[in-house]
Amino acid sequence: MTDAPLLKVEDLHVSYNTPTGVVEAVRGVSFELGREKLGIVGESGSGKSQTGRAILGLVAPGGQRRARRLEFDGTDLLSADERTMRRIRGDCISMIMQDPKYSLNPVMSIGAQIEEAFLVHRETIRQEARERTLEMLRAVKIREAERVYKAYPHEVSGGMGQRIMIAMMMIPEPDIIIADEPTSALDVTVQLQVLAVLDDMISERGMGLIFISHDLNLVASFCDRILVMYGGQVVEQCLAAELDQARHPYTRGLLNCLPSLDHGQDELPVLKRDPAWLSAVKVSS
Amino acid sequence: MIEINHLDVVFGHGHKLFHAVRDLALKIERGQSYGLVGESGSGKTTVLRALAGLLAGVARVSGEMQVAGESLQGQNRSREFRRRVQMVFQDPYGSLHPRHTVDTILSEPARVHRLDRIEDRVVQALEEVGLDASFRFRYPHQISGGQRQRVSVARALITDPEIVLLDEPTSALDVSVQAEVLNLLMRLKRDHGLTYVLVSHNLAVVAHMCEALSVMQNGSVVETMNVKQLRDHTPTTPYTRQLLTASLGYDRQAIDAFEEFA
Repeated sequence: MTDAPLLKVEDLHVSYNTPTGVVEAVRGVSFELGREKLGIVGESGSGKSQTGRAILGLVAPGGQRRARRLEFDGTDLLSADERTMRRIRGDCISMIMQDPKYSLNPVMSIGAQIEEAFLVHRETIRQEARERTLEMLRAVKIREAERVYKAYPHEVSGGMGQRIMIAMMMIPEPDIIIADEPTSALDVTVQLQVLAVLDDMISERGMGLIFISHDLNLVASFCDRILVMYGGQVVEQCLAAELDQARHPYTRGLLNCLPSLDHGQDELPVLKRDPAWLSAVKVSS
Repeated sequence: MIEINHLDVVFGHGHKLFHAVRDLALKIERGQSYGLVGESGSGKTTVLRALAGLLAGVARVSGEMQVAGESLQGQNRSREFRRRVQMVFQDPYGSLHPRHTVDTILSEPARVHRLDRIEDRVVQALEEVGLDASFRFRYPHQISGGQRQRVSVARALITDPEIVLLDEPTSALDVSVQAEVLNLLMRLKRDHGLTYVLVSHNLAVVAHMCEALSVMQNGSVVETMNVKQLRDHTPTTPYTRQLLTASLGYDRQAIDAFEEFA
């Protein structure tokens, strides 16, 4: 989509030590992200969320991240100290979580939360932060920005909560947004309206988006490019428009087992998992 | 098989009053799979709960409900009704007792209904949902989400019901597991001549499973149609048309034309 990639990920591994042994959540994932919308799809446990979080160094205690290369715009994220990472998080790469109910502070007004995201990353005065916040709320298509600014998270709907999350993540003007199932908790029409807001902002500002989702149809229609993950590995990469020509049996299986709206069938084809898929990608050391 | 007229469900009082279902009518034939579709808060689950008699002491329910010739009085249900009508809930993680084995979970309804040959029934029900006898003495946390939902279905089958109320039975599952559970539900319906009422927000699942459906919005039915109309994309109300468009995936232009329906 563009010349120089914003993010380079090479041979990323995430593993966890558990009482029953080492669990390898991500096993050798490599990709590059330009100013585009990249979808990562897979079922639960495929490692898609872990991949997104590992980029920002968000690995839970007991977990380890390894990679041959993890680079944002020339900055090596593997060797970056906490101080550098704090600057990168939010300012350069920010993350939108699934559920606004749990990701917003319940005892802080919405305006103050968005302002905080701005003030942490900019040396500025409150007055400007307030203006930028209201501007941002309007940009995410919130009609009564003044009222919402003063409101608390429990006073807004799920769709509005998710727009507020987007506003908060956008205000430091990052280059990359990682959105982990950002709309899965929403009704389908609201989901699309929220995605349209995200889509418009990303294309206007020329940002890169990593869109993590389990919803194949949604990703195929929303993103430019798709990575399909299974068992911690990328089993297939393709252009979103060409997903229907996917070749990997796992991707094909996933597409086939979706019930169709347009034509009936007596039985849905079920996915037969082949143990060979887990070792199909060669893990180089 | 099921006939509902003028159903109203009201939660709470005063300024916290919420009118969840308004003057709803439904008619479901024996052997049919009937879909109830709508967005969150549209009242679709409340209709199922009112039918099953699960709103006693929770909400005020009025209207006429008839199930297989039996006229239902308020939220009271006869023991026979409770045997004939069973329910499968959305969340297989929340609807099975975490400290009961699969065996206990499955034998409880059989004991409540004073059925004979309980052990045979448990083994048979497990077999019908594709789980072998080795699952009998496991706990819910020892089996996967799809297997739990199979146990929930087995629990519903154990009393040999005629009607099964399905409340989003696959929405917590991965799509590959969803396909297995939907196939299972279709097979069981054929084998046992069941009548299904399926609540779902997923139009494709309803199109796959059901012969007819009602679309709900704000507690009322806005449209009733057969599956052919759904497959041909020929709903008549603007609300249903928009819901259908939204189900087809992301389309930037279409989204700008979305309306608010209040």
